[in-house]
Amino acid sequence: MRAAFARAKEQGRAAFIPYIMAGYPDAATSVEMARALAEAGADIIELGVPFSDPLADGATIQHASQRALDNGMTLAGCLDIAHAISETTHLPLALMGYYNPFLRMGLDKVCMAASEAGVRGLIIPDLPAEEAQPVIAAARSFGVAPIFLVTPTSPAARIAQVCHAAHDAESGFIYAVSLTGVTGARAALAQDLPAFLQRVRAHSGEIPIAVGFGIATPEHAAQIAQLADGVVVASALINAYDAAPAGEGVTAVSVLARSLRDAARKPSR
Amino acid sequence: MTINADAQPDVRGRFGDFGGRYVPESIMASLDQLEQAYAEAMHDPAFLDELSLLQRTYVGRPTPLYHARNLSAHIGAQVYLKREDLAHTGAHKINNALGQALLTRRMGKKRVIAETGAGQHGVATATACALLGLECVVYMGSEDIRRQALNAFRMKLLGAEVRPVDSGSRTLKDAINEAMRDWVTHVTTTHYIIGSAVGPHPFPQIVRDFQSVIGREARQQILAVAARLPDRVVACVGGGSNAIGIFHPFVEDSGVQLLGVEAGGRGSGLGENAAPLSFGQPGVLHGAYSYLLQDADGQVVETASVSAGLDYPGVGPEHSFLKDSGRATYTYVDDASALRGFQLLSKLEGIIPALESAHAVAKLVELRDAGEIREGEIIIVNLSGRGDKDINTVASLLGVEI
Repeated sequence: MRAAFARAKEQGRAAFIPYIMAGYPDAATSVEMARALAEAGADIIELGVPFSDPLADGATIQHASQRALDNGMTLAGCLDIAHAISETTHLPLALMGYYNPFLRMGLDKVCMAASEAGVRGLIIPDLPAEEAQPVIAAARSFGVAPIFLVTPTSPAARIAQVCHAAHDAESGFIYAVSLTGVTGARAALAQDLPAFLQRVRAHSGEIPIAVGFGIATPEHAAQIAQLADGVVVASALINAYDAAPAGEGVTAVSVLARSLRDAARKPSR
Repeated sequence: MTINADAQPDVRGRFGDFGGRYVPESIMASLDQLEQAYAEAMHDPAFLDELSLLQRTYVGRPTPLYHARNLSAHIGAQVYLKREDLAHTGAHKINNALGQALLTRRMGKKRVIAETGAGQHGVATATACALLGLECVVYMGSEDIRRQALNAFRMKLLGAEVRPVDSGSRTLKDAINEAMRDWVTHVTTTHYIIGSAVGPHPFPQIVRDFQSVIGREARQQILAVAARLPDRVVACVGGGSNAIGIFHPFVEDSGVQLLGVEAGGRGSGLGENAAPLSFGQPGVLHGAYSYLLQDADGQVVETASVSAGLDYPGVGPEHSFLKDSGRATYTYVDDASALRGFQLLSKLEGIIPALESAHAVAKLVELRDAGEIREGEIIIVNLSGRGDKDINTVASLLGVEI
């Protein structure tokens, strides 16, 4: 996963990390969308696992999650989708989902299956570093690592602690949440984002920082590329899919993805 | 077994294996702040004096321990009712809401959010916020607003804003999700007064401590009138705040049986009840590891209960600990039985209980019918709330138009 960041950096870009909700609108389209995103230049794909109670998510992902569950999507189904995506795209995957479905399947079993499916990172928004020991232990033996989140409300001591945990767990990156709130496209980036990312940078060492939550436009992506190593975009892509005429959703996602990826240029030195 | 009641939770917020902090990173710092502010408040005589004064003069504590002679004769035991229904706003919820509202003011926050199921916690929080001049927003499932229209209106009269929640099952679980989302977004200015002994550490401990006034009073009162401890203490369990409040001061009295009564709903199948301790498995919801009603894929299932206040798939982590350690016993009664308990107490004692509390009353009848009541035994039932809010629901269940 870190190699993907290094490659983007060599090309003078921030890594582009688009998100797909597994099973939204259905399993086949998820795989098709991943292929289109890979062609649009994605470096890593984040694959969402639907959950009944997504309390860190805004309306867009809540809706996609509920629809995926209504279609019968399960964690095992998500792992099948992950497998199909990595076979066709060869991109590293991060699985993003709430803790309980992982816990229910069994952490060892999840990590083994995830590893076989090409998943390299686990993003669990309701699992802070303090509670992550069981996941770190289970993931380590399968070449998977949890990815921790830091937020603008995390005091310096917590940022240091989370970065330390990420270092120990050999996480692929640190996920910096751009705003104080839930997921969902926003009109503008938070004003205190540069100062926040500076605080993270003070502790992150060699671990790449990717920024997510709220990022919706190429302008946002361009700004993030000045400040961080990666850009995560989720709700805006789902919105693009939903807004497109029937049958043109994947194309719409692909067009937005390419513009985001191309905008995420590093300042030339 | 013997348990040192004050040793729980540990420094990591664990009751045995249960509890913890499974929340988005955004609110971790606020949980640390809350933990510290709470520890300081509980050692500050000025805070404790103000709480105690308001408990006496505003809430009406101590609430009576009433010897229910007619019910006693019916059951074949000496039954005492702890009359939380007589507390201000009509339920035990005010004990916690008032304590946490005082804590909010102490932390310098001006805005409060809360979730509510039956509306009792929403009303209690709106009340405490009116008293202390705090802005108050209450999230309530739209299905619950329909079931509990009276309480929704009461909250508005008290100056609170009631925000309907249309996601999921439109009940308590979804109201908590939405309150959490609000808190994640406004965490620096807002305190979340969670209404039951659930959620991430330190909430289960804070709610238990503020509710333990119920059990402390009941213990003193029964010793004063009966000169001995009770044989059983019975309470209904949804999230479990009234139950943990009355259980906790009895935990070290190993001769006292602690019996929690969950909502058995329509049956034992997944989605037919709201009884995680009876039918669930441990899992993580709303910030804590505890028993949970979930499907084979770890998705939280929708619940069913005649009582909006018990209609929740999770339960406070301390109850999971008390269950697994064997110190407390958990059982359930179904909707029909609870409805009979509701009518029975109304007719026998002239006390209309909340449908939640009616579950505890109904269990006594079931124990009697099963021949499990010993003659002369003393039972304390926590009558956690009054039933005025449930009149429409009960009338419609009985086929009466009002």
